[in-house]
Amino acid sequence: MAFVFMEGNEAVARGAMAAGCNFFAGYPITPATTIFNNMLQMLPPKGGTCIQGEDEIASMGYCIGAAMAGKKVLTATSGPGISLYSEHISFAIGSEIPLVIANVQRLGPSTGSATRGADSDIQFMRWGSTSGAPVIVLAPKDAKDCLELTVHAFNFAEEFRCPVFIASNKEIGMTKESFDMDDLNLPPLVERTPYTGSDPYVPFAADPDKAPPFLPIGGKTLVRQTSSTHGPDGYITIDPQIIADMQQRLHTKLNAAMDRITLYEENMVPDTDTLVISYGLTSRAVTDAAAALAERGRPVSTLSLKTLWPVPESLLLEKAAPFKRIVVIEMNLGQYVNEIKRVLCGKKVDFYGQMNGILIPPAKIMEAIENE
Amino acid sequence: MNSFLNTSRPPVFCPGCTHDRITKSLDAALVKLGIPDNKTVIVTDIGCSGLFDTFFNVHALHGVHGRALTYAAGLKLADPSLNVIVTMGDGGMGIGGAHVLAACRKNLDMTLIILNNFNFGMTGGQYSATTPSDAQVGSEFLNQAEIPMDICGVVESAGATYVSRISGHDDGLSDELVSAMQYKGFAVVETLGLCTGRYTKRNQLTPKVIDQMIEQRPSPGGMIARNQRPEYGERYRQLAKEKGKFPEPFVVKKQFDMPDARRHEVVILGSAGMRIVTAGDMVCFAGISGGLNVSIKNDYNITVLRGQSVSEILLSPDTIGYTGIESPTVVLALSDEGVARRQKIFAGLSSDTYVLKEASVAIPDTPAQVEEIDFKAMKIKKTDWALASLAVLASQKRVLNKDMLVFALKSRFNEKVFNLSMETVEKIL
Repeated sequence: MAFVFMEGNEAVARGAMAAGCNFFAGYPITPATTIFNNMLQMLPPKGGTCIQGEDEIASMGYCIGAAMAGKKVLTATSGPGISLYSEHISFAIGSEIPLVIANVQRLGPSTGSATRGADSDIQFMRWGSTSGAPVIVLAPKDAKDCLELTVHAFNFAEEFRCPVFIASNKEIGMTKESFDMDDLNLPPLVERTPYTGSDPYVPFAADPDKAPPFLPIGGKTLVRQTSSTHGPDGYITIDPQIIADMQQRLHTKLNAAMDRITLYEENMVPDTDTLVISYGLTSRAVTDAAAALAERGRPVSTLSLKTLWPVPESLLLEKAAPFKRIVVIEMNLGQYVNEIKRVLCGKKVDFYGQMNGILIPPAKIMEAIENE
Repeated sequence: MNSFLNTSRPPVFCPGCTHDRITKSLDAALVKLGIPDNKTVIVTDIGCSGLFDTFFNVHALHGVHGRALTYAAGLKLADPSLNVIVTMGDGGMGIGGAHVLAACRKNLDMTLIILNNFNFGMTGGQYSATTPSDAQVGSEFLNQAEIPMDICGVVESAGATYVSRISGHDDGLSDELVSAMQYKGFAVVETLGLCTGRYTKRNQLTPKVIDQMIEQRPSPGGMIARNQRPEYGERYRQLAKEKGKFPEPFVVKKQFDMPDARRHEVVILGSAGMRIVTAGDMVCFAGISGGLNVSIKNDYNITVLRGQSVSEILLSPDTIGYTGIESPTVVLALSDEGVARRQKIFAGLSSDTYVLKEASVAIPDTPAQVEEIDFKAMKIKKTDWALASLAVLASQKRVLNKDMLVFALKSRFNEKVFNLSMETVEKIL
């Protein structure tokens, strides 16, 4: 056993370095600041760049510029920063700019509580942009997950050329934990596909279910990037067919790869009638609650989602099928449960949520499961 | 190359618009400069100035209103070999004011061309940050209650190393753009021009009037002597190079058999300055060296030198799920502030819980076993009480033993601090 001891935020930074991240820009905000601090220790010795923006909007702008020059970029913030990131999240979605955003969530609304955790932004991360085009959101449950999922996040960002969120939480980001480095399970690295064709480069020409191949601004071939509605050539267009195709592709490129994007853990117990669905660090309390219930002779099965967006619809349908009842537990007053109800339409879905600045204790979860 | 203009995308400005002349002057400047097309990027934002990138056959990045300088900085930092040109209107300059100031302070080698035509042309001639108070604009009387901003004055005082003001109709514009682009540092060129679609319809602005405006407020003339300093990217890379080694994670192997290898929940209640967080880390390092899983959460004020400091530590032979404290096995009560922060836990402690309380600290009634210790009488400084209480635990082989504590101190501290901390430990052990 070779244990390391670090907080979730350091683990995100280590995951980013393992993924080959070479550019970070961010603005200090509790509880995400230590990601920035760690990147500032880790990037310069490896020849990378780490910048403090004049605000969150600028930090995302620096990231967008660097990503378009070919860098693998990370930024980190919390809810109030995500609000300011919004215009650039839209830019990165629509113009297919790969970047990873660590959102160490805190209790909202607004400035809320800087040092109190909550899964405040689960819908906000998905919908806090114009147009409704999708993003990827991964939810870690502990420090080890922070490291592993950050590598996945970079892989997804590179492959699909879209923003990928790490939906962390103050209670993970600022909690130090031990974990066994030998247990780390890092995926092989994926790099964005360079354009290698012999025809002139058309920056947004792509298969209908793929992100376009990439060439950097500053490379031999001229590259056009724009935040405006564009055709494959990167120029503004008003052609309805071209617009429709581009809009559709932003959805299809993720939906077509759902199976690969879907990450989860499960504990399916034979002869149980209840499936408890959760994500993030709440799923750890669910595990404790399930173990205590099993001891009492009331076992349940559990499903812990690591990919929240796009919603893993087929996984949910398949896993929920054998169960009479679904219980969803969230560290908010009900955000993701709406997706689960939508997908498992007609199933009995019960919910327990809490938003008071503290973790949901296993006893509350047991109560929610037992109170049918 | 004799022109960088994109022949398939000719400029589409209103007849008489100064932007058209500036486009041609920028092209002439790029030709004079002689940099290859793929070594130049034009970065733009929203408004008529945001059309510039499409008229040139160079790299192009068009983004959100007022943010062009932020993309430009990202590009320049990522690829210092690029000739980065930013075009921005008086609108983008206003909405992106913070970025203009930051760019002036940073001094990256980029050229910002501000196309000041005194209004928001694209949305109907509303007033901008540079509209004169007596102008007739599309936002009724609102400009009359404000004063326009002096762009050159602002950027100069913000630290721009090269600043000039020039009419968009000036024959010397392309030469001015060449010197701005050749200048190594952040160069700001404010061009004054006519918005024929909106502004000049209701205001008497002509190239002659612009010349008079420049006479009244002359150009700072390029290089600003008092602001000269190294280019940001070069300075950044030089400073970054001096940064130390990559911080590898600290790996701890199991080396001791825990005296009391069961789940422990340890709560340390203290105040800022008592090294509570450090003591918490010590418990964790000790636990890991005993083969346990650990987690720790700290609760302290944002004003870090004042108020409570509380550490909550879990140690367990099993994987830790819920990281909250449910039934503490050990509570170290080291300050009244810390105790006040967790006052509610005392009544609910079990009779097995061990509470170590410093003699000067008052605690609420509790069914737990309470031991009092007078660190003051032992001449242990307050800053060492947390460490001393770990030594008390080690002396009882509770949670950790002496070997584990010494190991933890050695892991975390340099030799000097280690020796000092051992002086405290040895007063107890």
